[in-house]
Amino acid sequence: MTTNPSDNGYLAGSTLERVLRAGHFAVTGELGPPQSADREIIGKKAAMLMGYCDAVNITDNQTAIVRMSSIGAGALVVQEGLEPVIQMTCRDRNRLAIQSDLLGAYALGMRNLLCLSGDHQSFGNHPTSKNVFDIDSVQQIQMVADMRDEAIFQCGDKMKGQEPRFFIGAAAAPFADPLDFRPYRLGKKAKAGADFIQTQLIYDLEAFKVFMEKVRDLGVHEETYILAGVGPLKSPGMARYMKNNVPGILIPDEMITRMTQAGAPWKDIPKDELTKEDKKARSSAWKETGIQICIELIQELQEIEGVAGVHIMAIEWEAAVKPIVEGAGLYPRPVVSEQPA
Amino acid sequence: MIVAEQKSLDEIKSLIGTSDNILVVGCGTCVTVCFAGGSREAAILSSSLRMSSKLDGVSRNVADVTVQRQCEWEYLDAISDQISEVDIVLSLGCGIGVQAIAEHFPNTWVVPGLNTTFLGLPTEQGVWAERCAACGDCVLGLTGGICPIARCSKSLLNGPCGGSEDGHCEISPETDCAWQLIYDRLESMDKLEVLMDLQTPKNWQTSRDGGPRKIVREDLRLASEQE
Ligand code: SF4
Ligand code: SF4
Repeated sequence: MTTNPSDNGYLAGSTLERVLRAGHFAVTGELGPPQSADREIIGKKAAMLMGYCDAVNITDNQTAIVRMSSIGAGALVVQEGLEPVIQMTCRDRNRLAIQSDLLGAYALGMRNLLCLSGDHQSFGNHPTSKNVFDIDSVQQIQMVADMRDEAIFQCGDKMKGQEPRFFIGAAAAPFADPLDFRPYRLGKKAKAGADFIQTQLIYDLEAFKVFMEKVRDLGVHEETYILAGVGPLKSPGMARYMKNNVPGILIPDEMITRMTQAGAPWKDIPKDELTKEDKKARSSAWKETGIQICIELIQELQEIEGVAGVHIMAIEWEAAVKPIVEGAGLYPRPVVSEQPA
Repeated sequence: MIVAEQKSLDEIKSLIGTSDNILVVGCGTCVTVCFAGGSREAAILSSSLRMSSKLDGVSRNVADVTVQRQCEWEYLDAISDQISEVDIVLSLGCGIGVQAIAEHFPNTWVVPGLNTTFLGLPTEQGVWAERCAACGDCVLGLTGGICPIARCSKSLLNGPCGGSEDGHCEISPETDCAWQLIYDRLESMDKLEVLMDLQTPKNWQTSRDGGPRKIVREDLRLASEQE
């Protein structure tokens, strides 16, 4: 972790940084911008997350589907009084665009950044587009760290005025392949200058503990704050889909069984006889169990040495964040001082 | 080698339009090896064009000839008479061959019969795969001889993204993850430590991003002047 603080003693001084520096268990959430220019949607989602997260990630054309820009939505979130973590992929912008957008984001009041390679555009709604990938996520981390700590642009030119001071984040996929390389890749991101890490969704605690052990052996947990990714399961079908189709997500069978059992009262009713009310009731039963599992995961994650917080991904289900944070005993969120201890 | 594949007959016909005298020009080098535009393909395509013209009730002359290398003037000189007699040349060379003809015969209309696809090699009978993107600043020495620029879907330089699974890339189960290949090779050669270095942003000026590229070898130019 770089240590070139600004005048206030923090790298960026964001709430997220202050919470982590004070030693609190951090909570971040996620706010997906709309596939439209509706600012009301941002306000509605922000209201559901306000007070329950220290900061919320604003996704950047997630899964390569065009949405309101992360910086545009982030500016609205700042106005709402919530703290954004701007996500920035290397898929859509070259080094010029990334740097200039970040100057703008800082000027608009944004203080946290998550550096990502970005999902390939073939997943999204513009598969015929050209991608950029001028730099990769590790190089992006290094670039924004240099912008902050050395006040230089990537080309080496000195900045003439205020440098953008971001609290710099990166992603980690503990269970993606090649598995043995993952702790080292995390280490590389920390070495490049990542102040915090948010992981891919964790459901398999045993596998995650093995990963964290390796991370601790390498000492990486002391170089960067690691926030474990969690997310409530909506249904057994969703759990099975993620297990089978999303790279790097492990879901233990017992967890899927538990989700299935939550729907047991409806299991003997033939599919075509299920009424709307039945389906609604079953869905709430599933969701309740999904939230409960998520709470238990967070409680266990808190016990793992080197886990500094959780990143709750409940995209298009922002209402789940409140019961999860409350249930995990993480509400109210700490109020942290303007000056580091 | 340069790998290419033939355009559809419909597209070729629309490129030819109403021309009466057509010369199909094959190339004896890369596109022969990848069965896209050698003498055999040139002969087959000419006869398909003759046949389909007949079916369409159009009478046109279609001849074919194949040069050893379409991308060098001296080989093209050998067919300059034939070229001067036709309305249109349908090149079965790669994109370089097509341009060589256009450049060398300013009064000849030339159209491409192939889509030039990539620089690669045959991996098995009937299968070709991309290997190089001609980035102009080769990094193979850092990656165990496996190219992350051409073979990683995101041209990453610091290791695999989070989408790598079971050896394949996130874009499709049919695409190998280049970084899994690099990792496996470095591991087997006991050279994994190479992956721990931070690779700084690549200089893309040597690639297409620096504008059209050109190599000037003064030593060779001087040598030819002295001859
Ligand atoms: S690094 Fe560049 S020159 Fe080397 S194989 Fe890859 S694309 Fe070709
Ligand atoms: S899965 Fe592998 S090949 Fe595909 S983009 Fe990621 S690192 Fe590159």
